[in-house]
Amino acid sequence: MTDSKYFTTTKKGEIFELKAELNSDKKEKKKEAVKKVIASMTVGKDVSALFPDVVNCMQTDNLELKKLVYLYLMNYAKSQPDMAIMAVNTFVKDCEDPNPLIRALAVRTMGCIRVDKITEYLCEPLRKCLKDEDPYVRKTAAVCVAKLHDINAQLVEDQGFLDTLKDLISDSNPMVVANAVAALSEIAESHPNSNLLDLNPQTINKLLTALNECTEWGQIFILDCLANYTPRDDRESQSICERVTPRLSHANSAVVLSAVKVLMKFMEMLPKDLDYYGTLLKKLAPPLVTLLSAEPELQYVALRNINLIVQKRPEILKHEMKVFFVKYNDPIYVKLEKLDIMIRLASQANIAQVLAELKEYATEVDVDFVRKAVRAIGRCAIKVEQSAERCVSTLLDLIQTKVNYVVQEAIVVIKDIFRKYPNKYESVIATLCENLDSLDEPEARAAMIWIVGEYAERIDNADELLESFLEGFHDESTQVQLQLLTAIVKLFLKKPTETQELVQQVLSLATQDSDNPDLRDRGYIYWRLLSTDPVAAKEVVLAEKPLISEETDLIEPTLLDELICHIGTLASVYHKPPSAFVEGSRGVQHKRLPARAGSGESAESPEVGQSGTSEAPPAVIPSQGDLLGDLLNLDLAPATTTVPSVQPSMQMGAMDLLGGGLDSLPGVSHRTEMQSPQPSSDYSERELGGDIGGSPSMGAALGAPAAMPAALSNAPAVGGGLGDLFDLGGGVGMPTGFYVAPKTLFLPAMKAKGLEISGTFARRGGIIQMDLSLTNKAMSVMTDFAIQFNRNSFGLAPAGPLQVLTPLTPNQTIDVSLPLGTTGPVMKMEPLNNLQVAVKNNIDVFYFSCQYPLSLLFVEDGKMERQVFLATWKDIPNDNEAQFQIKDVHLNSDAASNKLQGSNIFTIAKRTVDAQDMLYQSIKLTNGIWVLAEMRVQTGNPNYTLSIKCRAPEVSQFVYQCYELVLKN
Amino acid sequence: MIHSLFLINNVGDLFLEKHWKSVISRSVCDYFFEAREKAGEPDNVPPVIRTPHHYLINIYRDKIFFVSVIQTEVPPLFVIEFLHRVAETFQDYFGECSETTIKENMVIVYELLEEMLDNGFPLATESNILKELIRPPNILRTMVNTITGSSNVGETLPTGQLSTIPWRRAGVKYTNNEAYFDVVEEIDAILDKSGTTVFAEIQGVIDACVKLSGMPDLTLSFMNPRLLDDVSFHPCVRYKRWESERVISFIPPDGNFQLMSYHISAQNLVAIPVYVKQNISFFESGSSGRLDITVSPKQTMGKVVECVVVTIHMPKVVLSASLNATQGTYKYDPLTKILVWDIGKLNPQNTQKQPNLKGSLSLQSGAPKPEENPSLNIDLKIQQLAISGLKVNRLDMYGEKYKPFKGVKYVTKAGKFQVRT
Repeated sequence: MTDSKYFTTTKKGEIFELKAELNSDKKEKKKEAVKKVIASMTVGKDVSALFPDVVNCMQTDNLELKKLVYLYLMNYAKSQPDMAIMAVNTFVKDCEDPNPLIRALAVRTMGCIRVDKITEYLCEPLRKCLKDEDPYVRKTAAVCVAKLHDINAQLVEDQGFLDTLKDLISDSNPMVVANAVAALSEIAESHPNSNLLDLNPQTINKLLTALNECTEWGQIFILDCLANYTPRDDRESQSICERVTPRLSHANSAVVLSAVKVLMKFMEMLPKDLDYYGTLLKKLAPPLVTLLSAEPELQYVALRNINLIVQKRPEILKHEMKVFFVKYNDPIYVKLEKLDIMIRLASQANIAQVLAELKEYATEVDVDFVRKAVRAIGRCAIKVEQSAERCVSTLLDLIQTKVNYVVQEAIVVIKDIFRKYPNKYESVIATLCENLDSLDEPEARAAMIWIVGEYAERIDNADELLESFLEGFHDESTQVQLQLLTAIVKLFLKKPTETQELVQQVLSLATQDSDNPDLRDRGYIYWRLLSTDPVAAKEVVLAEKPLISEETDLIEPTLLDELICHIGTLASVYHKPPSAFVEGSRGVQHKRLPARAGSGESAESPEVGQSGTSEAPPAVIPSQGDLLGDLLNLDLAPATTTVPSVQPSMQMGAMDLLGGGLDSLPGVSHRTEMQSPQPSSDYSERELGGDIGGSPSMGAALGAPAAMPAALSNAPAVGGGLGDLFDLGGGVGMPTGFYVAPKTLFLPAMKAKGLEISGTFARRGGIIQMDLSLTNKAMSVMTDFAIQFNRNSFGLAPAGPLQVLTPLTPNQTIDVSLPLGTTGPVMKMEPLNNLQVAVKNNIDVFYFSCQYPLSLLFVEDGKMERQVFLATWKDIPNDNEAQFQIKDVHLNSDAASNKLQGSNIFTIAKRTVDAQDMLYQSIKLTNGIWVLAEMRVQTGNPNYTLSIKCRAPEVSQFVYQCYELVLKN
Repeated sequence: MIHSLFLINNVGDLFLEKHWKSVISRSVCDYFFEAREKAGEPDNVPPVIRTPHHYLINIYRDKIFFVSVIQTEVPPLFVIEFLHRVAETFQDYFGECSETTIKENMVIVYELLEEMLDNGFPLATESNILKELIRPPNILRTMVNTITGSSNVGETLPTGQLSTIPWRRAGVKYTNNEAYFDVVEEIDAILDKSGTTVFAEIQGVIDACVKLSGMPDLTLSFMNPRLLDDVSFHPCVRYKRWESERVISFIPPDGNFQLMSYHISAQNLVAIPVYVKQNISFFESGSSGRLDITVSPKQTMGKVVECVVVTIHMPKVVLSASLNATQGTYKYDPLTKILVWDIGKLNPQNTQKQPNLKGSLSLQSGAPKPEENPSLNIDLKIQQLAISGLKVNRLDMYGEKYKPFKGVKYVTKAGKFQVRT
C-alpha cells in the first residue's frame, strides 16, 4: 500500500466523493480522505472547494490528521480568508495544550497563514509562546515573529515582539539563540537602519558560546551575524578568530564558508607580524581545499568564493595549484571556474605544470572549455614573463593541430602577447599567416588583421593579405572592418609607394559605402589626417601603444573588499555588490573590511556606514568602444562651433598659437610646405577638406587617447560643463569686475571613486584663480591631494600646490582657490580653451577636462594706444575679421563699456554715427596676442554687432563668448 | 530563506511543489527549463540561476532536479547543503530517492518537508529526530496502523531535539551492543600519458554504525593521527580534544552516521595501486584506430585489487570496437560511445600475464580523425587496506557498563581516477 493510490482517483465527481468521505464518521476514512486531498494539492490540483470539510476535521486528537489539515490550511487559507477564521479557535486552544509539540505546531502554523484576520488572533498566543517554559516552543515562536513581520511589520513593532526577540539572544538554550539571530537577521534585511542586531562584546560572547552547541544551520546564522561585527581592537579580533576556527572542520560546507568569511574579515585587523596571523593563514587552506571534493554544486559556489579569496590573499592557496586541475567529468561550470583560479595562481614556480595542464585541456571535447584553456595560455604568457616563450611555443603546437576553433583562439591570444612583448616573437608570424584562410570568427580575423598591419614591414605580402580581406569588406563584422581600416592605414604609412590604391580603396569603402557611423568617422579621421599632415598621421597611427597589463580581469579593490565581507552569499557568486542585484534591498549596507590596527584610520562600525547612497562601481578602464565614442565627441564638438568658412590661410594662426610667436616667418614657410602636395593629397575630394575646416590639431586630439585615455573618457562631461558655463539664466548679479560663472561639476563622484569636484575660474586683481569645491562622497577619508594640468593652449599651470591641509572626511566639502600661472608648457587644445586636469589623492589619480572663459587671460594692461590700434587694425588682413551678433542686451553703450572694462576689455574710442555707437576696444592675452574689436550699438536695438580682428583668428570665437558672458550677466 | 521547492524529473516534468512561505507560481521554473535546455547535459545546469525576481538554486541528484526558490540574500551553500540533506532523507526513508518512490510516498514526503523547514529556516534535519517525528514507511507498520488506527506520526516531542546532544535520542536499548567503523578511502587521481601522476589525493571517510544502549561516550584513537591535517567532523565530535590530543571523542548518534571525513592532499605522496599502460591511436586514413591497454597492480601492500573496471568515453566517430581481452570482458555501446572493460581481480603473483585489451576500432568512414583524446576512467576496490596507511588504534567506551562488540573495516576505492591518453 503506497500513497500512489491517492492519485488514481481521476474520475468525474472526485470532489463530491471526497466531500462525502471527509464527513464520514469513521476516523480512519476521514484521514484517508484528507490524505487524498493533500495528494491532489501537491500535484497542483485545485481542491479549495473542500475547505469547510477539511477544516471540520481539524479538531482531533490524532496528530497526523491535525498536521495534514494544517498543511491544507496553509495552502488555501489565503484564498478563503472568511473560512479560515473557523480555524482560529482551534489554534488558540492548541496553543494552551500541555504537549509542547502541539503548542509549537499551532503557533508555527498560525504564522504561516497569511490572512490578516488570523494574524490579529496570533499576537496573544505568540507572546505566551515566546516566554514558554519549553525551549522547543520558544525557538518555534522566534521564527514566528519573523513570519509575522513579513505579513505585518507595524504590528510586530507595536506589540514589542522585536524586543522580546532581542532578549532571546541571551536565552539559555543555544537553539533558541540561533533561531532568534536568524529571525532578527531576516527582519533586519528589510529594515536596514533599525539596528536590530546591536552587537556588543557581551552579545558576541553569548553568540560564540551558543555557536559551539547549536545545530549546523544555527551555526551558519550565528557566523553570518558575527561577520557584521567590528571588533574594538586586534586582541578582541584574535579571540573571536580563535573561537571560530574550529568551525573550519565542520562537515557542513556552508558552516565552513561562513567561518571563512568571519576569519577573512577579522584577519584584516590583526597585525601581520603576529605569529597568530601566520597560523591562521595556514589553517584556512585545508578547509577550502576540502570544499572542492564535495558535490559539484557545492564546488561551484566554493570556487566562486575561492576566486575572491585568491585575489585578496593569494598566499593562502599558492601551494594548492593541483587541486584546481580539471577532471574530465567535472561539469562545465566547475571546469571554467577552476581554470580561472589556475591562472590567478600561476606563478613562475608552477608555470610549467600549469602549461602542461592547459595544453591537455586544449584537446578536450567541450568547445567552450577548450577556448578558455587556449586563452588561459595567453594570459599566462602575459602574467608570467619568464614563461612567455614557452607559452608561445605551446600555442604554436596548438595551431599545428589545425583544429579550427583552437587556431582562431590561439591567434587572438597571440595578438595580446605581441602587444605585451613587442618585437620579440615576430618569427611566428609566418606560421600565423598560413592559417589565414581558416579564420571565420570576427575576433580571430580582427586579431590577424591587426597583426598584419602592425608588422606590415616584415610581411612581404602584407598588401596582398589585406587586399584579400578587402574583397568582402561589407560582409565583415564592424570589428573586422575597423581593424582592416586601421591596418591598411598603417601599411600605407609604412610602405606608402605601393599601397596608395589600397588605402584609397579602403577609405572610400569606409566613408562612402558604409552605414556604420563608427567606421565612417574613423575613415574620415584617417582621411583628414593623411591629407593634411602625414607626418602627424604617422605619429598618431604608429604611436607607441600603452602596455597591456596582465591583470585586466582583477576585481576592483574596493569592490573586492566589499565582496570579501559577503563571502558565501549570492553576491560572492555573482561578484557584484548586493546592492546591484538583490531584490527589495532598500539600502543594503555597504560592508567594508575593518582597518588594521595602528594604520591610523579609525575603524568605524560598518553598520553606521551610509546606506542608500548608491555608490556606482567606479569606472574601470574604458573599453575600446567607449574610447572611440568619446574621441568622436571631442572631435565633433568644436566642429559645430567654428566659423563655417575658414580660409586656408587662417591655419597659420593656429600654428602661431602653438609656437606663441606671431610674426615668425618660418611659420609661414612651414605652412606652405604643408600645403604642398604630399603623396596623400592627390585625393580629389577637395570639398571634403573644406568641409572639415583645416584642423591640424586633429593630431593632438588623436594622439591624446594613447596618452591619457581616462581624461578623454570624461569628454561627455566637458560638453555638459560647457553648457552650464554659458548658462545665461544663472542670475548672478555682478555689477563690475570679473564675471565669475557659478561652479559647475567637473568630475562626478562616480567617476572618481567618490571624489566630486566642481569649480569655476576667476581673475582677481591680475591673478588667475581656479576655485574648486572638493566633496568626498566615498566612505573613507581622502588625503594627499595634488593637482596637475596637461599642456594646454595658453600654458596655464598651477602656481602653487592644492591647499587641502586637513584630510577630507566622508561627506565633507572643502573649497580651495588655486592660483594659476601662464608659464606652463603649451600645446594647442581642441577646443582652444580646453583644460585637462589630473587630480591625485590617496586613492587614485583622476582625470577630467573643463573649459575656462578666455577672459581669464585678458591682462590688465590691455589698453592700446589709439594710433597703434588704428595701424594694427589696418595691418591685420580683412580675412581675419569675424563678425558676431550679441542679442538681447539691454544696456546702453556706456554701461556696456563699463561692464566690459571689469573683464579687461578696454574701450579706446567711441564714435556715434546715425544714432549708432561704435566702440573700439582692445584686449591683450597673457601670451601677448592682441585682439581688436569694434562693437556697434544702435539705440533701442538690443542686438549688438561685434567685429573682431586678430592675428590668431581662432581666438575670435572665444572672445565673442566672453562678450556674451560679460554683457549678459 | 528558502521560499519554495520544486522537484523536476530529468525529462522536465514538475511533479512536486512545496512552499514554505507564500505560494510562488510554478511558472518561475520556466527560467530553469531554459537553463536546462541551454546546458545540454543535465549535469551541466548551473547551480544558481538568476531570474528577474527570484534566484533558483538547484541540485541534480538521482535523476531529479531539486529546484529551490529564494527571494532574499541567502548563502547559496546553505541552500545546496539543505537540498542534499533532503535528498539523503528521502533515500534514508524510502530506500532510494526516485520519482517513483517520492510519488508513492507523497504524503510522507510532504510531512517531511514541512518538518524540515519552518518559514524557510531548517527545523529538524537530523535523521534521528525526523524518524521520531515521522516514522518511515514499512509494510508491517502500515498493516498494524490500518488495524489499530494508529498513525505514523510521532505524538511526542523528540527527545534529542533540544538537548545539547540533539543527534541522540534518550533511552536507546539494544540486546546486542555493537559499534562498527568503516574507513573508506577514495583515490582521486589524474595520470598522464606516460603513467606519471599529475595529481593525486585521498578523500577518506569514517562511516560508523553504532548500536549501543544508553549514553555511551566513545573515544577513537589512531596509530598515525599525524596523517590527518584536514578533517571535517560530525557535530558530535569534540573538536577541542582532537586539537589537543588527536583523539576522536564523541557521544554517537544512534545508528548509521558519518563520523568524519578527511582529505590527504596531493602534497603527500599518494600511492597509486595500479599501473596502466595504454595506447589509443587513430589513423589518418582508413577510418580505423588501434587500442592497447594493459593494467597491472603495484604498491598494494600485498592486498588484492578487485573489481577493476576501465571505462572509456570514445569520440563520436568510433562506430565499433573489435578487441581481445586476456582477462575479463569488454562491451562497447555504440550509442553512448562508452567502452567498458570489466577486468575483475588483479592477481599480484602472476606478473607475467597482465590483463590486456587489444584490438582495432573502426570509425565512421570519411569522418576526419577525431581531435580529442579519450580519457580512461578506472574503478577499483581494495579490501582491508586504507591506502593512506591510516590505522585505528583502539576504541574505548565510557559512561556505560556493558562490553560492546567492536569492529573496524578498511576499504580503498577509486574515486575520480582518470588516465589521460
